[in-house]
Order: sequence, then C-alpha cells, then structure tokens
Amino acid sequence: MEGSSVFTSLSVQDFWFMVEGAARTIELTLWSSVIGTMLGIVIGVARASMPWPVVLTLAGYVDVLRSVPLLIQFILFNAGLAVMGHQQTPFVVGVLVLSLYMSAYVSEVVRGGVMAVPVLTRRAARSLGMSWLQDMRYIVLPIGLRAVFPAWIGLVIGLVKDTSLIAVIGYIELLRAGQIIITRTQEPMLVLCGAGVFYFAICYPVSRVAARIEKGMAA
Amino acid sequence: MDYQPHWGAVWDARGALLDGTLITLELTALSMVFGTVLGVLLALARRSDRPMYRRGASGWIEVARNTPCLFQIYMAYFGLGVIGLHLDSYEAVLGALVFNNAGYMAEIVRGGLNSIPPTQRRAALSLGMRPWQAYLYVILPQVVRVVYYPSTNQLMWALLNTSLGMTVGLQELSGATAFQQSLTFRAFEFFAAAAVLYYLLAKLLMTLSKLAGRSLLRE
Repeated sequence: MEGSSVFTSLSVQDFWFMVEGAARTIELTLWSSVIGTMLGIVIGVARASMPWPVVLTLAGYVDVLRSVPLLIQFILFNAGLAVMGHQQTPFVVGVLVLSLYMSAYVSEVVRGGVMAVPVLTRRAARSLGMSWLQDMRYIVLPIGLRAVFPAWIGLVIGLVKDTSLIAVIGYIELLRAGQIIITRTQEPMLVLCGAGVFYFAICYPVSRVAARIEKGMAA
Repeated sequence: MDYQPHWGAVWDARGALLDGTLITLELTALSMVFGTVLGVLLALARRSDRPMYRRGASGWIEVARNTPCLFQIYMAYFGLGVIGLHLDSYEAVLGALVFNNAGYMAEIVRGGLNSIPPTQRRAALSLGMRPWQAYLYVILPQVVRVVYYPSTNQLMWALLNTSLGMTVGLQELSGATAFQQSLTFRAFEFFAAAAVLYYLLAKLLMTLSKLAGRSLLRE
C-alpha cells in the first residue's frame, strides 16, 4: 500500500494549483520589487543629502523595518488596517508590506551608492555649473549604479523567498499552495521538493549572474 | 476611528509572552552556535581536495541560500517524516535554522579565508608549523577579525527567522503571541507588543555583540 501509492493521490489539478501559486509568487515579487525600489531610491537619496532631522527620521524607519520579523509585520499591518476600518485584500497588504520592507533595504544600498561617489567629484560637477539634479543624473547615477547593482539583485532574490511568508495573512502563493495539497494528499516530500526546485530555479541562476557581474566590476 | 485598544489583554498574557521570548532567544543562540560550527566545516570542505566534499558542501550552501527559510522548516517538519524521521516543532525549527545559518556562515567564513593571502600559510608551514597549527595560530586570528561583523549580521537574521516557528505551531515569541491573541482576538495589540519585543531583542543582541566585538578584537 505504502510503496505503491506514491503518485496516486496527486492529481493533475494539484499540479496546476502549484503553477498558479508560482505565478502569484512571481506577481508579488514583481510588484513589490518595483514599488519598493522606487520608494527605496527616494529614501536612500534623501538619507544621503537631506538635513539631519529628515535623515534621523528615515534612519528610524529603516531600523524598525529591519529589526522586526517580516512575519510580524504582515500580521500587524493586516490587523492595523482592519482596526482602522480599511481592510484590504491579502494581496494588497502583501504587496504593501513587502514594498515597505524592500524600500528599507534598498535605501541602505542606495545611500551606500551615493556615498560611494567621492565628494570632490560632486563638488567639481557643481563648480562646472551643474545643478543638483544634473549632478545626480550625470555623475552620481552612473558611478553609484555600478556600485549597488549586485547588492540590489541580492535584495530581489531575498524578496522572492520572502513572498512565502504572505501565507500567514491568508494569501495562497507557491508554498501555501503546496501545503494545502500536502494536507489533502499526505505527500509532503514530493510536493515540497517541487516548490523548493521552483524557488531554487529562480534564485540560483540570478545569484550566479550577480556574482559574476560583481567579480567583473571589482576587477 | 472608533476602535478601543485593549492593552490589558496583552499585560495579562505577559507570562506566556515572556516564556516565548526565552524560547526565541534559546533558538537564536543554539542555531547560531551549531550553524557557525557547521558553517566553518562547510567552508573548509568547500576548499578540500576531495571533489565529493566540495560538491556536498556547495550543494548544502546553495540550497540553504536559495530557498526560503520557511521552505526549509516545512521540509524538516513535514518532509522528513517520509523517511521515518519525525521531529517535533522545536527540533524541526532548530534543525532548519541550523541548516540555514550554516549555509550563510559558510559563505561568510569563505570570504574571510579568501581574504588571507596563501603565502601566510606557506610561511607558517616553512617555519615548521603543522597544518593545524598554521590554521589555529596564523590564519584563524586574522579570519575572526574579517568574519566577526558579518556574523553579527547573521545573528540578527537568526533572531528574525525564529519567528517562522509560529507556522509549525512552536510557542516561541511569535507562536505564543499568535496563540494568546486567539483567546481574545486582540490581534493588533498582541502583535504590536510582539513587534516591540522583537525590536528590543534585536537592539539588545546588537549592542551585546558590538561590546563583545570591541573587547574580542582589540588586542
């Protein structure tokens, strides 16, 4: 009985259920990496160039988001919205929390990128008559982007993995889809391995490419 | 906003939350200690002469880093039962976190080992030291310096990742919070309190490791 029923309890529908979960994982990653990156760039540039009260406030924001488990952030945000009478769908809450979370890490990276540009270079740009915006666009961006790109890729990979936590507020992404199937079919190994292979297949190649780019830049 | 927060419910459950906090700290400490030991072994195996060791270590490191930690916990909790290894939620979470930390620590240690020029080892050997003496007296003290601060960063991740224990019913801080709020349905208050506790724990660990680092690396 035990040996012969390896595949019988899993059906084709289960497979498509997992594929749907995988698509949702990608969708979540795309939305939150785009929003989180844009927000993170604004915060990062502000932290590198604004007066100290702004810098301190933003540093506090980043510090809190990095010191509280993402799992707690999801539940707290979800409950907080409900308490305020603005209940949202799990997808919206998920993208919101992941975007804020991502923005904290992106801002650290961006701040580092802006700081990586020597002050003298920037002063030279300004003394040539460039405006602050031109200095940012033609001096800081090309130099800084090179410095931060590999780190940013690392953050996106982290995001792919972090989407798995949205399950706690009831969204069915890949891992949760797998867990639902396991509950019914009692086939944990096969289903989990399927999900694991999917995450690995996305994260591993990207991290290799990023490592190669980083090496190329360092040389 | 007509919601009346009820913080008394959280205060009444302080005993359970404190117990959870202790389990969280215990898991963080144990997973970090075992993870570091295994991480060092993995880093050494990765530069071994035997291809089998190298491949095994690389496989562990890449899976640990490129799949979600939650997946690793599910694998330990649901998956290993298939091969007859039935872990309770504490063992499964600890095992998965050790697996995860070891992968990340191995990369940190590898970076540290790579930062020591190979000539140092050869110089030590030519002075008549045995290989283990060269490692212990010449290479290790230098590696510790490079590796220490990235390791404290991993310690933070270990703390944050313990919160995933909630998803397999472990009563660490998050799990205890989830259970207590289910008695009163004061989700917002309970998880806000948990967020504050995690923040304080993170600050505490960071401060302690900074102090320890200052006295350890001074000389």
